[in-house]
Amino acid sequence: MAGGLLDVQGLHATVEETEILRGVDLSIKSGEVHAIMGLNGAGKSTLASVIMGHPAYNVTAGSMQYDGQDLADLEVHERARAGLFMSFQYPSSIPGVQVGTFLRKSVAAVRGEAPKAREFRKELQAAMSVLNMDRSFLGRHVNDGFSGGEKKRLEILQMLLLQPRMALLDETDSGLDIDALKAVAQGINSLSEESGVLLITHYNRLLELVVPDVVHVMIDGRIVQSGGPELAQRLEAEGYEWLMPTA
Amino acid sequence: MSDEARDAVGEYRYGFHDPEISTIRFDKGLSEQVVRDISALKDEPEWMTDLRVKAYHHFMDRPMPDWGNEALLNSIDFDAVTYFLRSSKGTERDWDDVPEDIKRTFDRLGIPDAEQKWLGGVTAQYESEAVYHSIREDLEEQGVLFFDMDSGLRTHPELVKRFFNTVVPYTDNKFSALNTAVWSGGSFIYVPKGVHVEMPVQAYFRINAKNMGQFERTLIIADEGSSIHYVEGCTAPTYSTDSLHSAVVELVAMEGAKIRYSTIQNWSSNVYNLVTKRGIAHANATVEWIDGNIGSKLTMKYPAVLLKGEGAHAEIISVAYAGEGQHQDAGSKVHHLAPNTTSNILSKSISKNGGRSTYRGMLQVRPKAEGCRSKVVCDALMLDADSRSDTYPTMEVGNASADLEHEASVSKIAGDQLFYLMSRGHSEAEAMGLIVNGFFDPFTRELPMEYASELNKLLEIEMEGAIG
Repeated sequence: MAGGLLDVQGLHATVEETEILRGVDLSIKSGEVHAIMGLNGAGKSTLASVIMGHPAYNVTAGSMQYDGQDLADLEVHERARAGLFMSFQYPSSIPGVQVGTFLRKSVAAVRGEAPKAREFRKELQAAMSVLNMDRSFLGRHVNDGFSGGEKKRLEILQMLLLQPRMALLDETDSGLDIDALKAVAQGINSLSEESGVLLITHYNRLLELVVPDVVHVMIDGRIVQSGGPELAQRLEAEGYEWLMPTA
Repeated sequence: MSDEARDAVGEYRYGFHDPEISTIRFDKGLSEQVVRDISALKDEPEWMTDLRVKAYHHFMDRPMPDWGNEALLNSIDFDAVTYFLRSSKGTERDWDDVPEDIKRTFDRLGIPDAEQKWLGGVTAQYESEAVYHSIREDLEEQGVLFFDMDSGLRTHPELVKRFFNTVVPYTDNKFSALNTAVWSGGSFIYVPKGVHVEMPVQAYFRINAKNMGQFERTLIIADEGSSIHYVEGCTAPTYSTDSLHSAVVELVAMEGAKIRYSTIQNWSSNVYNLVTKRGIAHANATVEWIDGNIGSKLTMKYPAVLLKGEGAHAEIISVAYAGEGQHQDAGSKVHHLAPNTTSNILSKSISKNGGRSTYRGMLQVRPKAEGCRSKVVCDALMLDADSRSDTYPTMEVGNASADLEHEASVSKIAGDQLFYLMSRGHSEAEAMGLIVNGFFDPFTRELPMEYASELNKLLEIEMEGAIG
């Protein structure tokens, strides 16, 4: 399994003494789209947060390699600068900070230099038109008073500007109407073909618009089944019963 | 990371000092003779000398306030202060005529540059007196008077006499008495009826010498239907001994006039900053205090507005940043004395590394003031568990028709906010800088752009020092 862009092996993680991840193995190569499906509480979001480095989680066993580096050696912002990106299920609001300023500063932080004003404006216009976002977004404060759909669009806008090599998308499809879902899917599909993508979702509807190479099912902190897109369809039709461990 | 950042930027970037330059320096300590000598040196009219002497005795007789940070107040050694220091022979109109060392200081502070780009006039005070002063010709032609206070008294004694000591009488508090006794420098402004001064005018106050006391006195009169925006900046070097800054500012906004007074004080952490600022707003006039308090050892300052005429309005937006070893005791006072007057008060404070911020507010509605409206919002942000924030709002409402709103909040930076920003490539210090700048945004956006970006940079540097 090793040799991918992102290699997770035997990963165990706890939050406040409770073990959430109980031995996760996952390998994603450049250009691959993987989906992780599963019921609430299975540990899907935790997996994304642990890969990104959320300080509330403790990694108790296993390893995470990204592009040949041990992620344990990198702080959160260093992971971002190395090309990892996470789209949050519940992004924080930052009152008083304008979206435009935030985007420019984030791009400068990740790229290691401030983008030229005119080029950045062009990039921004292109990315915002993919997502059907109005320019007025730029003057609002980051996620402050945003609707669920607006938050998700801003997450994907950030992804398009930061051009990550590995994107972790945590339930980016939840709570979206069909237009917003299409815009978000278009955003994901316009990401570089070289990038790896990990989609965390409950539903098949995003996977009809962003077709995954591999679908994993997570139950109780482990990946219990992997397959192609047909696995997602079967889960949609039959649910998770058939995968549950028999007592 | 933090040590490197500190080494790179210095903890307080205006903490440099130049060799002391003095043409006249008084011995340390205060007496009636010192007060008389200051007045004689300036060749003042007798009424001013008399006022100074009365104020001196009031200062000596009046006990220290028994509220606020009493321990720090009582540790001030008034005998160790230099009350008057003249560093230049005169007030120049051309930077090239300002003594080289002093000019270099103001160059480093960016004043001549700012003047060229966006100011209508500048006063630069070094120690006790203005060393440079200029006003744009077009403003002069419209009859706008803009002088340092000493020159204002010399050239327009009647106007000064009519308003001086009327908004903030020396009997107001111990430090207004001290200022009235030993004042020197500051600004005097008169804007004629109907004149709108479009570009802000600025005064910059720099303390350079050790153990210096700076006691500038500012009087701004905006005649009927006129308007002006005055900007005040201040810095001082970092010394191991204390300096005292005790200013008095009096604003008079006549009917329909508007005065905006913006302050960015960025004192080094050895400065006691004890300032009385008050404005009177006559009918349909507006007085606005945009007041930023960064630095100092102890600041006690509560910009006030007396809403004296019907329909007058007060706007007070203040921020305070208390770092290690600093206490910002700041707030606001609004007195609704007339009917249908309105006020809007927003106070934001940040405490970090054991710093302490206190909000002290007074809102008063007099019985005859029918139909008043006021909104008060106080927000405190604590960056760590060692820091402290207190709020003391007082409301005295004598008229039941008043429509009052009061909101207060205390918050911490949430771990999720930091994680979110760090996942976008920002280091922890940069993430805190973004959050802090956002928190102060309602204040920052009221400032001229050049000040706003300077303040944002300053806070980002402060956050670099915050991470262990």
